[in-house]
Parts: sequence; C-alpha cells; structure tokens
Amino acid sequence: MNVVIVALAIPLLTALAVAFAGRSPALRNAVTLIGGGLLAVVVFGAWPTVIGGDRPTWEAWAILPGIELLFVLEPLGLLYASVAAGLWPITSVYAAGYLEGAGEKHRTRFFVCFALAIFAAMGIALAGNLVTLFLFYEVLTLSTWPLVTHKGTAEARRGGRIYLGILITTSVGLLLPAIVWAGLLAGTTEFRAGGILTGKASPAVLAVLYALFLFGLGKAALMPFHRWLPAAMVAPTPVSALLHAVAVVKAGVFAVLKVSVMIFGLDNLDQTDASEIMQWVAGFTILMASIIALQQDNLKARLAYSTISQLSYIVLGATMATSLAAQGAGLHIVMHALGKITLFFCAGAIYVAHHKTLVSELDGLGRKMPWTFAAFGLASLSIIGIPPLGGTWSKWWLTLGALEAEQYWIVATLAISSLLNIAYLLPIVARGFLRPSAEPPHAGAPQDHGHHDGEAAATMVAPLMLTAVGCLAAFVLAEPAIRLLQGAIP
Amino acid sequence: MNTQLPVLVVLIPLLIAPLIVLVRNPTAAWALFGAAAVSSFALAVQCLLLVQEQGLLQAFLGGWEPPFGIEYRIDLANAIVLCLVSGIALLVTPMAKASIEREISEPRIYLFYACLTLCLTGLLGMAATGDAFNVFVFLEISSLSGYALIAMGNSRRALLASFRYLVMGTVGGTFFLTGVGLLYALTGTLNMADLAGSLTMGFDSRVLIAAAAFIVVGLSIKIALFPVHAWLPAAYAEAPSAVTAFMAATATKVAAYVLLRFAATVIGPVVVFATLPIGTALVWLACIAMVAGSIAAIYQTDFKRLLAWSSLAQIGYIVLGIGLGTDAGASAALTHMVNHGVIKCGLFVIAGVLVWRHGQATVANFAGMPQQSPWLFAAFVIGALGLIGVPGTGGFISKWVLLQALIAESAWVAVAAVLVSSLLAVIYCWRVVEIAWFGDSDASQPPPAASRTPVGATLSLAMLSGLVVYLGVHSSWLVELTAQAGADLFGVGR
Repeated sequence: MNVVIVALAIPLLTALAVAFAGRSPALRNAVTLIGGGLLAVVVFGAWPTVIGGDRPTWEAWAILPGIELLFVLEPLGLLYASVAAGLWPITSVYAAGYLEGAGEKHRTRFFVCFALAIFAAMGIALAGNLVTLFLFYEVLTLSTWPLVTHKGTAEARRGGRIYLGILITTSVGLLLPAIVWAGLLAGTTEFRAGGILTGKASPAVLAVLYALFLFGLGKAALMPFHRWLPAAMVAPTPVSALLHAVAVVKAGVFAVLKVSVMIFGLDNLDQTDASEIMQWVAGFTILMASIIALQQDNLKARLAYSTISQLSYIVLGATMATSLAAQGAGLHIVMHALGKITLFFCAGAIYVAHHKTLVSELDGLGRKMPWTFAAFGLASLSIIGIPPLGGTWSKWWLTLGALEAEQYWIVATLAISSLLNIAYLLPIVARGFLRPSAEPPHAGAPQDHGHHDGEAAATMVAPLMLTAVGCLAAFVLAEPAIRLLQGAIP
Repeated sequence: MNTQLPVLVVLIPLLIAPLIVLVRNPTAAWALFGAAAVSSFALAVQCLLLVQEQGLLQAFLGGWEPPFGIEYRIDLANAIVLCLVSGIALLVTPMAKASIEREISEPRIYLFYACLTLCLTGLLGMAATGDAFNVFVFLEISSLSGYALIAMGNSRRALLASFRYLVMGTVGGTFFLTGVGLLYALTGTLNMADLAGSLTMGFDSRVLIAAAAFIVVGLSIKIALFPVHAWLPAAYAEAPSAVTAFMAATATKVAAYVLLRFAATVIGPVVVFATLPIGTALVWLACIAMVAGSIAAIYQTDFKRLLAWSSLAQIGYIVLGIGLGTDAGASAALTHMVNHGVIKCGLFVIAGVLVWRHGQATVANFAGMPQQSPWLFAAFVIGALGLIGVPGTGGFISKWVLLQALIAESAWVAVAAVLVSSLLAVIYCWRVVEIAWFGDSDASQPPPAASRTPVGATLSLAMLSGLVVYLGVHSSWLVELTAQAGADLFGVGR
C-alpha cells in the first residue's frame, strides 16, 4: 500500500480512536502510543526507498482546475516527517506523565488535537504543491490553537489570540497572495527540483515574492512576526516541546527551505539575488532574539526566544542559496529539534516536580534533579554546537556554506550567536549544579499529587534522557541524513 | 435547442404558491414549499446538465419567437444561479418547519409559505428569463413577497425594517425599470440577446449612458452594495430566521447575476467598462464594502446583525469580480455566489436554531453553549472558517479564483482590500468563538427552553456544513463551470 496514504491515515485514525477511547485514560494513552509507534515505523521504513531515488506519490483529486491534492514523498519532506514522527511517541509518554503531574483537565481533547497536529505536519511534509501545503499549514494552526488555550485562563486566551492573530494574518495576508502570484507566474504550484520560477519574473518581482513567502510563512517566526511563539508558551509544556519546538515551527522553516529549493530554485535565487534582503532579516533575527533571550527570566520564554533565533539559522541557510548552506539548514531542522525538545522536556519536568518556572529560582536544583539537569546540559551543548553533539554538524555545514558564498558577515553572525547561546543556556545548568539551594530542604515543600522532592516521574525523565542521548547519537549517526539531503539538494 | 424545461423551473413554484393559499394547513404548506423546491432543483440541475451537453437552452413563451415574444434563455451562468437558488431553497426546507412554527403564529403560516414560494418563483424567474422587462416583473414578484416575509418577523421592529426595504427596493426597481425603458426607446426591443446585438454597434448616446447608469444603480440597491446598503442589516436581522437563511443566500446573488448579465452582454463591456467608468466605480465601492462591512460586523452584538454586515462585505467580493470586467472576474463572482450562498445560509440556520431555542441570538449569551451543543458550534466554526477563506472550505476557493483574477489585472489595491477584509473576518468570527468557548457563562441566565436542535435544522446544517467542506476540497468542477460561464458571458473563446 502507498506509504504516503498510510503516513497520513495513521495520525488521523489515531485522533478518531482517541476521541472514542476518551473515557478510559489507559486505553487513550495506549492508542496514542500505538499510533505514534506505527507512524514512526512507517516513516523510518521509507528511508531506503527514498534514498534509492523512489518518490512515492499520491494524487488524490483535483481541488481546483489544474491543482491536485497532491502528495509526494521526497527527501526534504521525509526528513521533516521523520523528526515529527520520531518524536511524537516519545512526547506522548512524556505528555501522559506531565498532564498527570500538573493536574491538567480536558485530556481527551488534548490528545485528539495533538494527533490532528501531527496529521497536519505529515500533510505539510508530504505536500506536492503549494496549495496542498497551504491547506495543511492552516490545519496545523487551527488544530494547535485549542492546545495553546488549553488552560482557558485569561492569560491563555490572550496567548491564543496573539497566536491565531499572527499566524492567520501572515498566512492569509501574505502567503495566500504569494501562492496565487507564484502560480500565475509559473503556471503551476508544484514543487519541482530546481524550482519553477526560473526566468518567469524580473529579479525585483522575485525579491518581493520571496519576501511575501518568508514573512507569510509566519511559523518560521522571522522578526517582526515572531510574537506568537512566546505567546504560545502558555500551553502545557508537552505542547511547547513537540509543537512549538518541533512540529509547528519546523513546519514554517521546512516550508521556507522547500519553497527556496523547489519553487524559486537555489541557482535562480543566487543569480537574481532575490533572497538578499531576507538574509539580512534572518541575520538580524538570529542576533536580536538571542539578546532578548538573555534577558528572559522565565525559563520557557527564554527557550522560546532561543527557538526564534535558531529558526532563523535555517532561514539563513535557505537564503544563502548555496547547496551546502541549504543542506546545513536541513540538518539544523533535525539537530535543533532534538536539542530543543530536550530543553523543553526538562523545563516541564522542573515545573511538575518543583513548580519552578523562573531561571532565578533554579539555584541548587541540579543536585535534586541530576538527570534532568544533565540532559539540559547536553542539549544546551548541542544547541551551541559543541562536539560530540549533533548540533555541531549543522553549524559546520552552515558555516561552510557561508564561506562558499563568501558571505563573511554571516560567518561572524553565526559565531557571535554561538557565544550568545552559551551566555543564555549554560548559566541555567551552572545555577542548578553550583549555586547553593535557595530554600532550606523540606521547608514548605508542596504536598500535592504526592511528589517526592527529587526528579519528576519516570514517564517524564525517561523521554528527556532519550532525546538527550539522541543529541549525542546524532553526532555519530548524522551520515544517512546528510546523504538524504545531498540527494535533495545537489 | 428549444425545450420547455426553463419555463417549468419557474412555473412549478408559481403554480404551487396559490395552491398553498388554498390548502391552509401549516404542515401541508411546508410540504408544498418543499415540493416546489425539490422540483425546481431537479429541473435546474437538468438544465445545467443539458446546457453543458448542448449549449444554450431556449424556450419561447406561447410559441412567439423572439424578439416579439418572451424568451427564456439558459446558458451556463444562469444555470448555475438557478441551481444555487433552488438548491438553497431545498436545503432550507428541513430547517424552516420548526423555526417557522416557533416564530410565526399558526394562522399565518400558510400565508408565509405562499410568500416564500412566490419569492422563490421571482428569484428563479429573474435568473431564467431572457427578456429585460420580464426581469423587472420577476424582480418585483420577489421583492413584494420579500417585503411581506420580512414584515412577518416577530418583533415590531420587523415592520420598520420591512418598510425601509420597501422604500429602497421600490426606488431600485423603478430605477431599473427606467433604464430598461430607455433601452427600449433606443432599440425597440426588450429581448436581452437582441438588445445586446443592437447596442454593440457603437452607440455612444446620452440615452444609453443614462440607461446604463439607471440600471446599475437600481441593481446596486437590490444587491445592497455600499453606499445603498442601509436596508439590509435590519431586514436580515428582523426577518424570520428561515427567510434570512434563504434570502441571504439567494436574493442579493440573483441581483448580482442580473448586474453581471447586463454589464457583460446586454449593455456590453464596451459601454460599461470602457466608455463609462462603471467598472472602476464598482471595484472601488466593492473594496469599501468589503472593508467597511467587516469593520461594522466586528461591533455587532446581535448574531444575525453580525452575519448581515458580514454579508455586505462578502457581497463586495462578488461585485468586485463583476467590476473587473473580465471573464476571470465573472468566474470569480459566480464562484463566490455559490460558496458564499452555502456558507452564509448555514450560518443563518445556526442563528435560526439559537432563536428557536432562546428567543434571541445575542453573541454575549453564547458563553458556555458549545458544551451543551458541540455539533452546532462545530458547524459555526466551519462556516466561520469559510467566511475567512481558510483552505479546506469553499471560501478559500472563491478567494483563490478572485485573487487570480485580480492579480492578472494587476489590481493591487483590490488585492489588499480582499486580504484586509479576510483578516477583519478573522476578528469578527473569532470574537464569537472566544465568547462561546471561554466566556463566563452567566449563571442567572434562564436555562434554555429546549437544548436540543430540531431534527430538521440538524439535517439542514449537516448538509450545508458538509457542502462547505466539500466545495473547499473538491471544487475543480465548479471552478471549471464558472470559468466557462464567464468566458461565454464575455464571448471569450476557451
């Protein structure tokens, strides 16, 4: 059976099954886990096929004359699908532990929306043309909105309003006209190797169109359309971890990369300099977001601004318009996902076990939660890009690309940003392990939910250890991903 | 191709209307209206299929050949409109029964259905006929029955709303009639195809200009185009819910179709879009309507009024397509007529259910309702997404076709207006969603008289919501149809 249909059907059926299994928590968790496991098996099982040069395709039906609901499994999409599908089952285990520990309500709704979001992510990964991509892009926005507003408090509602406001505004206001315009210019909206817009418009038009696309893909969180991401942090932490560090934001940058490579074409961008302005925007976002992250005391807000900064690495890689940089951008989708999901898992574990949300409250906590803080440290090192962790490779490739393009200011930007990463991530670990504990032991310890005073529940610690080890493994095992990308971006 | 099919589409509801008056029994009246809707819809679909197969359908009344007799003339454009009008009537029928029994006193129900059937007749006639004066006759049939229908709303404000519509509508009808009279004076014919042939011979007289102006202004009033829209919000808000659901989806659309027909063929694009700046004026007015209507919708407290103002904005999209004066624009207009008709009909059915349950539909009272009736509000979300134009709904398809037509003409201001209006739609829709899901439900509020949704309304809503989604994901046939219709109207070979 067509792997494309299976990969789309599994999360959708999981959502349905969870909705019906809602009354029994055990059954609900089992269904989510089975769905997640199956999806991971299917997606990773497709690697040999795609590396072998096969492109499984499913042409469903025509949405508009000449525009099909089209799905094609190609290397870039497979990479993004693998990230989302691989981390979903891990997050499901974590989410079950988190929701229990934090005492959140409406858990069935939570898991249904979660599965729908993964369905949308699969649709984005597999989309064979811009219209299909846009369809699932909006499904992702709408299915994650109930997750952002999950708590239903005034703060959550405000966050949800900013989230929806910015994402819908950019997609309807900028992305939609960009897609229509590109379709008119090229006569098709299909993703094709080498792009579809070469020679179809003047450099000035291409530059405007490219800006419309990049700002329109608001999930890539380019400044000034980044505010939705910190606002989304009111969501329960598993949502922040999988969706707002992996599936949703990576959908944005994945689309940026795919549009750059397969709509505009890297050679075309290089020759027309259509992406130059956006390079500056991405470079600015990298540095500015890092500086803002430095000033955040709220742990999740700091991680959110760090995400904004890291996303622009990928955008920058795409806009440099060289294959090495674009391959680096693709790699960074994977490496940053592994690192950032670990950081968010740790933030959630700290919240559930000790009800701490501020960086300044973390003094001495590392000695109580050694595993969590060790994982946090590993993931931080990966984000910074220190060997032997996965993040090294993506920064390596991006820097190579910048050198190849002789864009030395980009090399400098990457270097400064790495320093800023150190400055906003490592002090958290240092506080945890080195500073004396702020509060005397056993005084006023919260008695709710029967928490012990150390680590969070095993269902939360195990996933975060797993992804932290994943950051290590990614250093050694990056080769298939690099080969996949070299196939996609020659 | 001569067949009596186009006449039957109109004739059957025309004959059923007096039958309803004779029968008097409310349930029988409802069933007869349903029968009229079913038969017209079946015949309209038949027309559409025949037109697709063999081109033009012509019927000569009384065997008198045009230009002397009245001709019914169906091409793709009006076949689509006929299907829309009769289809909406069909989809409203299940919902109407319970809603009307709640909102209208029993002795008057049969009169209500008689008027509704007449209104349906008038709208179908306007679409089907190929005779300019006959258009006026049917326009008046639909308008007069429309005034009566709106006046039957259960608050006394309905009388005022109906009276305002009566004044405006009569002015509009008179303007239209004056324009048609001038055309007759110029050419000596009333047959629309014949008029088109006589007027494209390079006429550049003041009389023709006056006729064009009268017709466009008259129809604009019936369309409720800014700035002659003032009658619409009150009329939609005060009319019985079933009437609003039916008229919002059909009445303004048919008037827009007539405008398209006159602009593209009868008076002709040369006069309307080249000699006179009517096209440009329509584009600008449509842009203002799209933005201003959406802004006004944001501030409404009554759900029906909110939807009415949203309709004004959405009508702007249709007129914008017409004002472009291209076949792609006409295609966009026709596509949006269908999509907006289906979307807005569904939303007004929801309003009808809420009125049936609570006696009113004030947005502030929606708090907590989604917990009681999740499916009703799921249908609302689908409709709202359609209004915004989110992909996966019919509204997206409309917006896609319209933006294509606009960008092809480099009408960047209009592109911006469409997008701004979509974003404003996000605001007015999501305000409702937020109040409904997260608002503090008022404990002192009396419990609903009946928290169930009537079976008929559920049926209507399920079909309409399904249609919104279906038209969003499988629309190539519709867009191909409207593209061909637009090409035929403007005489562009495809």
